[in-house]
Amino acid sequence: MAYGALHEVASGGNGAVDGAAAALFIGGIAARTTGKVVWCLTRFDLFFPALAQVGLHPDRVIFVECDKEETVLASFEEALRYGGLGAVVAELVRLPMTASRRLQLAAEKSGTLGLVIRRWRRQTEASDFGMPTAAATRWRISVLPSEPLPVPGVGRVRWLAELMRVRAGEGGEFIIGACDGQGRICLSSDTADRPDQARQSFAVS
Amino acid sequence: MDTEGADHLQGGEELMLSGLVNRFRGRGLAAHAAIADTWGAAHALARATSCETVIVGRGETAKAVNRLPLSSLRLPVDTVAGLRTLGFATVGELAATPRAPLTLRFGPEVARRLDQLFGRVAEPIDPIRPADLVEVQKSFAEPIGAPETIEKYVSRLVRQLCLELEKRGLGVRRADLIIHRVDNTLQSLRAGTAKPVRDIAWLTKLFRDRIEKIEPGFGIEKLSLAAIIAEPLIDVQSASSLIEEQVTDVTPLIDVLCNRGGQRIFRVAPVASDVPERSVHRIVPTADEDGATWPMHWPRPTRLLTRPELIEVIALLPDHPPVSFTWRGKRRRVKRADGPERIFGEWWKRGSEWTAVRDYFVIEDDSGERFWIFRSGDGVDVETGSHKWFLHGVFA
Repeated sequence: MAYGALHEVASGGNGAVDGAAAALFIGGIAARTTGKVVWCLTRFDLFFPALAQVGLHPDRVIFVECDKEETVLASFEEALRYGGLGAVVAELVRLPMTASRRLQLAAEKSGTLGLVIRRWRRQTEASDFGMPTAAATRWRISVLPSEPLPVPGVGRVRWLAELMRVRAGEGGEFIIGACDGQGRICLSSDTADRPDQARQSFAVS
Repeated sequence: MDTEGADHLQGGEELMLSGLVNRFRGRGLAAHAAIADTWGAAHALARATSCETVIVGRGETAKAVNRLPLSSLRLPVDTVAGLRTLGFATVGELAATPRAPLTLRFGPEVARRLDQLFGRVAEPIDPIRPADLVEVQKSFAEPIGAPETIEKYVSRLVRQLCLELEKRGLGVRRADLIIHRVDNTLQSLRAGTAKPVRDIAWLTKLFRDRIEKIEPGFGIEKLSLAAIIAEPLIDVQSASSLIEEQVTDVTPLIDVLCNRGGQRIFRVAPVASDVPERSVHRIVPTADEDGATWPMHWPRPTRLLTRPELIEVIALLPDHPPVSFTWRGKRRRVKRADGPERIFGEWWKRGSEWTAVRDYFVIEDDSGERFWIFRSGDGVDVETGSHKWFLHGVFA
């Protein structure tokens, strides 16, 4: 993901309402940057220990809890323009074209990484994600069953990351293992089994 | 405090004094107060009597202080000890003794303190004066009204204010811009900062964002800018090895966002508590960074519901995860599960949590969605909880 650009991430399936996978994915990206992170939202329901587990230290994150969506946009833009931050994150329901263009320009000017978590109040509203915006990339993170373990239990979490839109590039789908303690994701070992992937020779039984 | 001629404004000496003491008590401080003719007498009475408020009328000082102990005389400790050895116990006894032998033995201090106590020697109170306000203002020959003009003069005023502050070695914590209009009405803009500031660009930005809120009406004839709260700000030399990464100070951004209103800005910090909803608390964004974080042994959900939601569950007691559960009207089969993670109630905080237990499970349904659920109680003993199941969080 390029610095100085806006990136949109939403959770797929039932996660569109809670946006849990998108938040953790973005938390992992923010953890890989240096500098402070500003996180703008309207409803604070993040459980920060989970973000701390992907390597995002609580000292680095400044939360801005706003009353209205518009205030989130304004704070987000202000933080993007400020420059010198590691990443700026916003949780938004609607992202109109005009607003997204402003944000994209602000991000380009200061070279800050702008990350938008799209989450909706109802499942049916999630079709809004098809509308065009000025963001550089658009991702959808859906949860997949975790990696099987030889014993009963929940293994490493896997996600289906769909790159739905990317400026001057082609989209793609990846099965990835969720963020580890330093916020790194990995291409899942199962990926090689998929017929649409080129690296068939690496197939594991 | 010199209350001469001020008590009638507060409804008399008694009301004034009890009001003062009550205000202290409201802040959690215990106070003893006394009013007397002299500083010495009030000082002694406030310390020596057990009542919260003492008022000694005009000319009654000698009678009131007669039986006070010697330690209330504001004398050095060894002098008081010496006087005690000689058999003096109260101020009255000391005052009735001839002065000359006392002065010969203990110096002039004893007599001076006695005279101050009885009002024979003047002892004026040296008042603590507040530092004068740092204020700059600009009057206009012609009233102004255009936002660009206001902005220009505000930035000039800020520059002047910063120069004034620099002379005194101060930084502003809170500044008020007072706008005098030609129709004799006042408006004000207030800007607060998280730490003392003398930076022109930073302060100008705080006011410039809100210039549109000024209603100039028929015009503005005077602008004045005052540093209401100012704190010492010392120039610090910064050393750099040119290699380390620059750490950007985010305080200006916090100030800009805080002054805009309509939002709360905070950081989160860990609390030493096993109960999930109590393990996070909000702190001010400029608090010291202590590097503390949560224990990493157990998986934690990304989103935590504000209040655990009751779910219907088919599960084997006492310590098996559920086979299936119904949440928000949707029935899900549990494919994989981890647990239980047992969390005990914090009996040292609330008596009702004496035996309370929660058993947390991480469960994954058919489609791969993962949830954090708990059973209230240990599954055997009804005293530990209701054995109902709740959903508390959503994993990524």
